Amino acid sequence: MAIDLTLLADTPDVATDDTTTSGKQRFVFLRNSKSLTGFVIIAFFGILAIFGQWLAPYDPGALSADLLQGPSSAHWLGTNQLGQDILSQIIIGARSVMIVGLIAGVGATAIGVLVGVTSGYIGGIGDEGLSMLANIFLVIPQLPLIIIIAGQLPSVGGVTVAAVIAVTGWAWGARVLRAQTLSLRRRDFVEAARASGESTWRIITAEIMPNLTAIIASGFVATVVFAVLTQTTLAFIGIGDPNDWNWGTILFGAQNNQALQRGAWWWFVPAGLCIALVGMALTLINFGIDEFVNPRLRSVGMNARSLRKRGIRPRIGFTPVVYEAPGASARKSELVTQSELIDVTERAPHQTKENRS
Amino acid sequence: MRFMVRRIIFYVVTAWAAVTLNFFIPRMMPGDPVTALMGRLQGQIDSHAEQALRILLGLDEDKSLWQQYVEYWRLILHGDLGRSFTFFPQPVGEIVMQALPWTVGLVGVATIIAFTLGTLVGRSIGWRRGTWADSALPISAFFSAVPYFWLALIAISVFSVRLGWFPSSGSYDRAMVPNWSFEFIGSVIYYGFLPAMTIVVASVSGWILGMRNMMVTVSSEDYVTVAQAKGLKERTVMGGYASRNAILPQVSSFALSLGFVVGGTLIMEMVFSYQGIGYVLFTAVTTHDYPLMQGCFLVITLAVLVANIVADFVYAALDPRTRQEG
Amino acid sequence: MSAVPTRSVWTPGEVGRVAEPVLEIKNLSVDYGFDANPTHVLRDVSLTLNRGEVLGLAGESGCGKSTLAYAATRLLPPPGMITGGEVIFTDRSGDQVDVLAMSDRDLRASRWQDMAIVFQGAMNSLNPVHRIGRQISDALLAHLPNMTKKESLERAADLLDMVGISPDRLRSFPHQLSGGMRQRVMIAMALALDPQVLIMDEPTTALDVVMQRQIVEQIAELRDRLGFSVIFITHDVSLLIEIADRIAIMYAGEIVEEAAAQDVYRRPRHPYSDALLHSFPPLRGPRRELGGIPGSPPDLAKRPSGCPFRDRCAHAFDACPTVHPELVTPAVPGDDPRRQVACLLHDPGAVAAAGFTPVPVPVELSVR
Repeated sequence: MAIDLTLLADTPDVATDDTTTSGKQRFVFLRNSKSLTGFVIIAFFGILAIFGQWLAPYDPGALSADLLQGPSSAHWLGTNQLGQDILSQIIIGARSVMIVGLIAGVGATAIGVLVGVTSGYIGGIGDEGLSMLANIFLVIPQLPLIIIIAGQLPSVGGVTVAAVIAVTGWAWGARVLRAQTLSLRRRDFVEAARASGESTWRIITAEIMPNLTAIIASGFVATVVFAVLTQTTLAFIGIGDPNDWNWGTILFGAQNNQALQRGAWWWFVPAGLCIALVGMALTLINFGIDEFVNPRLRSVGMNARSLRKRGIRPRIGFTPVVYEAPGASARKSELVTQSELIDVTERAPHQTKENRS
Repeated sequence: MRFMVRRIIFYVVTAWAAVTLNFFIPRMMPGDPVTALMGRLQGQIDSHAEQALRILLGLDEDKSLWQQYVEYWRLILHGDLGRSFTFFPQPVGEIVMQALPWTVGLVGVATIIAFTLGTLVGRSIGWRRGTWADSALPISAFFSAVPYFWLALIAISVFSVRLGWFPSSGSYDRAMVPNWSFEFIGSVIYYGFLPAMTIVVASVSGWILGMRNMMVTVSSEDYVTVAQAKGLKERTVMGGYASRNAILPQVSSFALSLGFVVGGTLIMEMVFSYQGIGYVLFTAVTTHDYPLMQGCFLVITLAVLVANIVADFVYAALDPRTRQEG
Repeated sequence: MSAVPTRSVWTPGEVGRVAEPVLEIKNLSVDYGFDANPTHVLRDVSLTLNRGEVLGLAGESGCGKSTLAYAATRLLPPPGMITGGEVIFTDRSGDQVDVLAMSDRDLRASRWQDMAIVFQGAMNSLNPVHRIGRQISDALLAHLPNMTKKESLERAADLLDMVGISPDRLRSFPHQLSGGMRQRVMIAMALALDPQVLIMDEPTTALDVVMQRQIVEQIAELRDRLGFSVIFITHDVSLLIEIADRIAIMYAGEIVEEAAAQDVYRRPRHPYSDALLHSFPPLRGPRRELGGIPGSPPDLAKRPSGCPFRDRCAHAFDACPTVHPELVTPAVPGDDPRRQVACLLHDPGAVAAAGFTPVPVPVELSVR
């Protein structure tokens, strides 16, 4: 648990540093300190997934004489009841988790885009049918469904698990995409394209899809989180190939060999923490995307600490009145003329409101 | 009324889809692991029950698919889910029905606590945007990504193994005979406390994040500004205007996420060996008890559907736009 | 902007009322964004609303007219921030308060009693989950603690009746009303506590022309009956000429011209006012040639030096990019001395002081 706490304590500090340094970044998502934190964590696990074979100190399946040892210099994260090195298992296991997450994410997103965009674009009875299909898949509990499908399959490799997750987990993305396509379809530029005789295919690929990128990305990220959780859950309850190392198999071993009762925390804490970290990182990336899609969620330079220092309390209905030193405001107005201005206007919700009228 | 009619049609179709899915899954599986098991049971099983199992698991190859489907529906409507392989010759329906109240009690109560708590916390974080409350976000993100079963492992290792405050498995003191006495109910609460709290901790952050985002979105609606312009009390503006509207999408997302949450909480039962449907499903998976697996899935799906209908009624009561009167 | 004339010495104007200020906005500045580079949406804006008058505030979208109204009532949402100025409200007994200096409690108590607002989006201004009656009565109950719920609903019924809505609509939800009805409900709601100032932010924009006319007439009629003052914000200048006593024209977060309605209409002195008038068909009177204004308003974040309108102005000359125009009396002999314009054509003194040669006022801008 100690590791857990330091990680949590570090996150806010990383965040505050980024708000000051990332000001000049062009890439919108990276401007967001939350997304940046997420990207860094994912990059770390991505490196483990790719280079794990060379980074792991031991063969994860190799037995040794150090049975159920706590962390030591030889085994940083200790060993299990067979003397296998836990750290190596975690490093090797990263690959399977990442691959399944990626395949399931791509698959589910593809189905979701196909169903959602089609449904939103064609409208009418076809739309009714497709969105009902999506809603049915949303309401039916996915995990039990995946469990009974995977539980009845004769052999369950990583790719099979990913495929099952993709086939059952596309509905949320489809639902969101349908709503967005529906609203895009009524916009002027799409109407104009249709009036000028553009083909349906071209309207969808050239006019609609580019406007859905952020939502597709966010759906993809959310599906990957779901896939990672599902895959490890399946491995944990014993569905899947026990020779395919992933973080769930480690926990399965720990649970079945009384790691809890023996107090072997090093056996089950790190693996779960890795799952949670990957999930958290992806969720943080999604915060950034959400703020990009829904401007109301954007915290416009709202850094709690600096606001309090300046005596600003951002509230709906009580605009802060702050008389700052005249020198400071003059200096600021000079700065304004130089950089980043498009972005400032873009972020001001008031501007959009005025443009509506 | 149109809203309710549409929803009812939707639920009927969903129930139909769940049963049909259940019908097709064993038929689409490659290989035939079931035949072997059926062979093992030969002689112990009466011909009527064997016929039912053949229909349920798709082994009656001599009939057309349509005939099989009709037969299947007939069995389901009679509540016959076949016999369990593991607990032979107990009927699946009986096993599942024994487990259901425990799941409804544990998962239901824990989910309602988590939803209420998460909504209240999300409401205040969303209202106090740009203050210290924002730092709750990364923490919530972490907890929303924690696998449920891992949290359960941690809870057991800390509160059962190390501190010894709570039992690590079971749903009541095995020395007792189930009855309605205070003593027994107390034991149920004592045994259920740790799994319930784990479910709450694991699922609360999802509700916090959802409600927080809805609060932020709704707070910039004109009617909230109008409420402030009217000089209403802060409590009225937040309660009657902002959160009263933010709760609507929160309730509909409650209905939609229920399937996900229930899936996760069933795993809790496995870790805590809590005698609900999740644990039965776990047993069925580990022992390759196909009829029991199927039965569990069907009952879980129907239970989630019922919860969805309840959520819909709550939504209709909260949003006047669903009751088109005039 | 330091030389704001003292309005109290004014003689009675054309409208025939004693010019007694009820709301004085002085040097109001507003920033957008809490970070290091905020956008200055309003800079040193001053505006006075006299008791009983209708003051029109016009300008293109994004010129800051709504921001001005929201800031003066402190309703501007984050990341809006007031960085300077005063908003002095004078109540019927002559007591003055600065709205910007009020505590939260005082501000809450003052709201809706002193100043009420009708927002631009009638669709979104009403809480969709509460009945109309409840939304009117909660404002009454918040300010009149002695009132019973029953009395407040009776008062709400009277108010609806006043704007021509049947009192049985009290039990309706907003989605059951048409757009025009909702806007009337908002007006009824705004008048609930008999406010002295009513700010109307594009109250008719979302409505069709017939409804627009009805609402405007209703406001005029209610104003005559109840005697409140109105700040009427719109981008439609021709509508203002119908209803307003005085008109202020805003451009890029500043007021560029302020005069009696008829003066603005017949004798515009600022090139922007002139152009704006030519971009709307008048509701009545002789037809004029319509023309748009070339170009678009400057990005408030990149506010240029000198006159903000110069890039679009047909009369710009060499001083315009350098000297920032202040509000002065127009350099046209015989003009009402109370009217003001921020244009270097009318301020030869400032032009000469900066070392440029003053240019005579062109004939279009000195119509008599």
